[in-house]
Amino acid sequence: MEDHVLVIFPHPDDEAFGVAGTILSHTQSGTPVTYVCLTLGEMGRNMGRPLIANRETLPDIRLKELEEACRLLGIEDLRRFGMRDKTIEFTDDALLINRMSDVIDDVKPSLIITFYPGYAVHPDHNATAAAVIQAVKKIKPEDRPTVHALAFSEGCEDILGEPDIVHDVSRFSQQKMKVIEAHQSQTAGVFQTMKQRFLDHDETVLERMNTERFWTFPVDQS
Amino acid sequence: MKPIDPRKVQETINQNAGKELYVHLETTNGAYASHKNQGFFSVGTFLRNARIKYVQGKITGDGPYRLGLELEGGWAYAEGLTDWEIDDQNQILFAGHDPDGKLAIAFQLSEKPFRK
Repeated sequence: MEDHVLVIFPHPDDEAFGVAGTILSHTQSGTPVTYVCLTLGEMGRNMGRPLIANRETLPDIRLKELEEACRLLGIEDLRRFGMRDKTIEFTDDALLINRMSDVIDDVKPSLIITFYPGYAVHPDHNATAAAVIQAVKKIKPEDRPTVHALAFSEGCEDILGEPDIVHDVSRFSQQKMKVIEAHQSQTAGVFQTMKQRFLDHDETVLERMNTERFWTFPVDQS
Repeated sequence: MKPIDPRKVQETINQNAGKELYVHLETTNGAYASHKNQGFFSVGTFLRNARIKYVQGKITGDGPYRLGLELEGGWAYAEGLTDWEIDDQNQILFAGHDPDGKLAIAFQLSEKPFRK
């Protein structure tokens, strides 16, 4: 059992698809989870059908959705970095790394969950994860938290090998579905299809809902 | 937002000529376009809170619409606009939504800066 889990992702809903079951497994066993969310997904393209958002109102809507998702996940400590979607890779690296270090010093997590730098498709994902790793590297090896990283770029397993952490989260799949649904401005378009495929026992969707996979990031070797 | 009414848009453009305005101009095909289709050439651009002043401007086309502003020393235009609104902050928001309802382009003008 972990002492404290720190989840760090750039966008509201990054915590939903590949990680919600894992987060629930921690919060339901009484482990506190802190979630650092860097942006509010301000540059998202989904505006609802019929339109419920515009470019200027989207962040307010996403904030409400994020807070609801955290409530469903049992996360009581949400920290937002107030950055803008799609700009993480262009921000001042040293400043971002310092902000990560401050949170890590404050929370003292035994486990950090983030993306796998270089293997997470979206430039925000890769830049966020790279900053997390740099912050962890500054900690003395014996005091470092474990880092579980999420990778999903095309062919990543050919390079990284199979993920070494595979969580069966099937007992949380209903709650995970609700977390995904909470991000309705982003997921409304795909949610109904996904839910139906889940109910129809579509293998791809079942696998995605019931199993969450991470790579232990080799901080010492990076 | 509501579908563009070219006549009302033109009135709004005329009323705002000559003012110092903040502009937000953006096009995007989504961050996952190349992930879903490896051959897709992904492009996008984003400019927020640059200052412009235009001499005159027009909305043209039969929908989706094109909006072009003649600046004192240049031009700004956007293509593919479908919807618009003037929000409660008096910001003029134009957007182009694709057939799936996704935002593909935004062109916005405001006398006050947009939130960073």
